[in-house]
Amino acid sequence: MAKLKQQSLQKRDAELANAKRQVEILSNGIFANGELPTFAKKIKEINKLPLRPKKLEILQINVGYMCNQVCEHCHVDAGPDRKEIMTWETMELALEVIKNTGAHTLDLTGGAPEMNPHFRRFVEEASKAGIKDFIVRSNLTIIRANKKYHDLPEFFKKHNVHVVSSMPHWTKGKTDKQRGEGVFDMSITALQQLNAIGYGMPDSGLRLDLVYNPNGAYLPGDQASMEKEFKHALMEDFGIQFHNLFAITNLPIARFLDYLIASENYEDYMYQLVEAYNPAAVENVMCTNTISISWDGYLFDCDFNQMLKLPVASKVKHLKDYNEDLLNDRNIVISQHCYGCTAGAGSSCQGTVTE
Amino acid sequence: MASNNYYDPADLRKFGEITEWSEELGTKFFDYYGKVFEEGALTAREKALIALAVAHTEQCPYCIDAYTKDTLQRGVTKEQMMEAIHVGAAIKSGATLVHGTMMMNKVNKLEM
Ligand code: SF4
Ligand code: SF4
Repeated sequence: MAKLKQQSLQKRDAELANAKRQVEILSNGIFANGELPTFAKKIKEINKLPLRPKKLEILQINVGYMCNQVCEHCHVDAGPDRKEIMTWETMELALEVIKNTGAHTLDLTGGAPEMNPHFRRFVEEASKAGIKDFIVRSNLTIIRANKKYHDLPEFFKKHNVHVVSSMPHWTKGKTDKQRGEGVFDMSITALQQLNAIGYGMPDSGLRLDLVYNPNGAYLPGDQASMEKEFKHALMEDFGIQFHNLFAITNLPIARFLDYLIASENYEDYMYQLVEAYNPAAVENVMCTNTISISWDGYLFDCDFNQMLKLPVASKVKHLKDYNEDLLNDRNIVISQHCYGCTAGAGSSCQGTVTE
Repeated sequence: MASNNYYDPADLRKFGEITEWSEELGTKFFDYYGKVFEEGALTAREKALIALAVAHTEQCPYCIDAYTKDTLQRGVTKEQMMEAIHVGAAIKSGATLVHGTMMMNKVNKLEM
């Protein structure tokens, strides 16, 4: 296992900082020589090509790639050195869209979304739009990273934000290996802080969900049994409670792709994904009900396509031209990374996609 | 398609193909196999750990490969995995040593 890097691929000027190169890798090799079928070929078998959106339900906004952590598996290639941050002008465009959207869920992500200097103002304004479910993806350690973030739990509570946090394992060893030294202890403190004000408690309306993703080149186990393990261990060891666990598959892009290649796991991992391909999951892949918005206001089928710089195949490409009906009438842009969304029970930002 | 090794990791992926040369038995085997590993009186996780230990006592590289991955997927820690293997090793060595009583019986019978 490679050692934890302290810088993003971009900062290191690594080959895979280049999105084009990533798409190339995903299209070449075992997929070009026919050893494995392409995703397009696979979904054609079930008449799902071209892949089309259904009703829009979720607006996922990436407010910037800056993060206090540099997790080894990060598909955003986020880190303290990333300077892509959504400006207030772009946020104003986003707010206009939020006010008029038919989507019922707003999902803020990053990087660490809280590091955007306009984050609080944006949440305040957006929460007035009456969206049913307002999610912030918080990495937990940010709450402990600096004094100015210590009151985030109260801020979230005030705006009835649904907190979704990553927690790769219920043990310190596995967590710190994936996310960095000290991450486990800080996350535990943050979770206790959230519990203390009502987040994650059994009958509480303050939603606290955790995200689990595997700590290497293997797929996540069954979501329900992982949730049981997490709940048991976190309760037993730390008295911590939460609502649901989302088991998410690592998609072969950015730092995770870099890791797969460097550790000579790439081909095996792609085999695993293709072997675990579940046609039933195609129906509900995330891009069928989500639009992803980048820090600079461009529109994508999902956060993964955003990182691969594969924009929506639509006339509407940017917030300033936003038109939901027009946008929903498009073909989704796919490549081999999409196998990550259809493996096993399927995977999305809300966890598995099949019963 | 002969490889130069008795064991080839790629062969694990071909396991399902054994059915092609004897469909009925192969299918019955995989049905049985799948059923065994389902959640039952034992959790699927407990079964995976047993399988990992047995994979080692059987010294089957394919099974070790498969159940190392499988237990990782189920969130098993490496400490738990190693302990499971020690259980297998203890039974293996215990099984060897306990036969020592046979040897002792025989010696006691033969010697004056
Ligand atoms: S995985 Fe999340 S917490 Fe980790 S570096 Fe990426 S954005 Fe930050
Ligand atoms: S990677 Fe994106 S485009 Fe591909 S299936 Fe998943 S959500 Fe859809």
